[in-house]
Amino acid sequence: MRKINLETAVGLFILIGIISLGYLSIRMGKLEVIGAKGTTLFAEFGAVAGIKPGAAVEIAGVGVGKVKSIRLKDYQATMELFILGDLKIQEDAIASVKTKGLIGEKYVEIAPGASEKFIPDGGRIRETESAIDYESLISKFIFGKV
Amino acid sequence: MLTFLNTLGEWFLSVLNRLGHVFLFLLRSLYTAVRPPFKFRIFLRQVRFFGNKSLLVVLMTGAFTGMVLALQIYYTLRKFGSEALLGPAVALTIIRELGPVLSALMVTGRAGSALTAEIGIMKISEQIDALESMALNPLRYLIVPNIVAAVLVFPLLTAIFDLVGIYSGYLVGVQLLGLSPGTYFSQMDTIVDMQDVNIGLYKSLSFGVIVSWISCYKGYHAGYGAEGVSRATTSAVVTSSVLILVWDYFLGSILL
Repeated sequence: MRKINLETAVGLFILIGIISLGYLSIRMGKLEVIGAKGTTLFAEFGAVAGIKPGAAVEIAGVGVGKVKSIRLKDYQATMELFILGDLKIQEDAIASVKTKGLIGEKYVEIAPGASEKFIPDGGRIRETESAIDYESLISKFIFGKV
Repeated sequence: MLTFLNTLGEWFLSVLNRLGHVFLFLLRSLYTAVRPPFKFRIFLRQVRFFGNKSLLVVLMTGAFTGMVLALQIYYTLRKFGSEALLGPAVALTIIRELGPVLSALMVTGRAGSALTAEIGIMKISEQIDALESMALNPLRYLIVPNIVAAVLVFPLLTAIFDLVGIYSGYLVGVQLLGLSPGTYFSQMDTIVDMQDVNIGLYKSLSFGVIVSWISCYKGYHAGYGAEGVSRATTSAVVTSSVLILVWDYFLGSILL
């Protein structure tokens, strides 16, 4: 067998390394390959209760996008939601912050509406439900105000 | 009392002097690195020396680290009934800590020691002086290619280590311990972030600088005779390893 020369050996090593690095950043880091299509929507919540940018957005349990950013606007948490693909959200859809299980991760669930009108790109979801605050729920239960 | 103060001051000044010497060596090398002419051929040879020849040992350590992590973390998590978190636990441990640190330690043992011995023998057989007397900058030929090659190679080796480790963890978790294949990766996708991958990369970049810098410095300033070279090699490996672990903690706590 011919001895592999220096350049080929180094080239092979670099190739393997770059492929692993690329796989790690795209698969684990969810690095967005430029040009991901979708629409951006805004939603205002009274309380977001520990939801972080990058959290999932789901409709009927199916992941359809993610939370891009969370900012405070007029003492309300304004969330920027990125919906993947050309999925349209109805005008009367309801966005709510939910938890998977008792101590699971937080995510945004969108309950689709029945309206014929869709929210345009950059529009606002009007109906929202804030996260359930377990502590106040428990204290209400204890002091009998449910 | 006065003699004590005297000794203390002398010791402190000598330590400071030595540290300055080591640091100036790095600065001089970096300065030479950004000025042409570049020795591309030597650089390629050093990439092969650091990269290709460490590939096998990195693959082996990566595979067994991932397997043992999956095994141990599984038995801990099972006590809380949260085996579903095995995937992210293995991935986070490997990507953030063990990948950069273990591959750096392996390369130190394999390549760093050889590098110090090589440069040390060039030093005691007066080859470095010969280069200087021909008005060639020894830093450009011996040191700079090593540092640049290490900075390039370490992140790549770390990425390979991470990948092999995560997949061998998958092998143990799913094939041997009977976890469902879906949970291992889906949980990983939601918990591991780009930031974690970046932290691992920053760490391995800085380890590349540390290992090549210390190994070259120790070889370049080796004492005389065979004993001098052997002492330089030992001290290069020990110093690099300790510095890797110390720096890993500090970088970890800063970047967290």
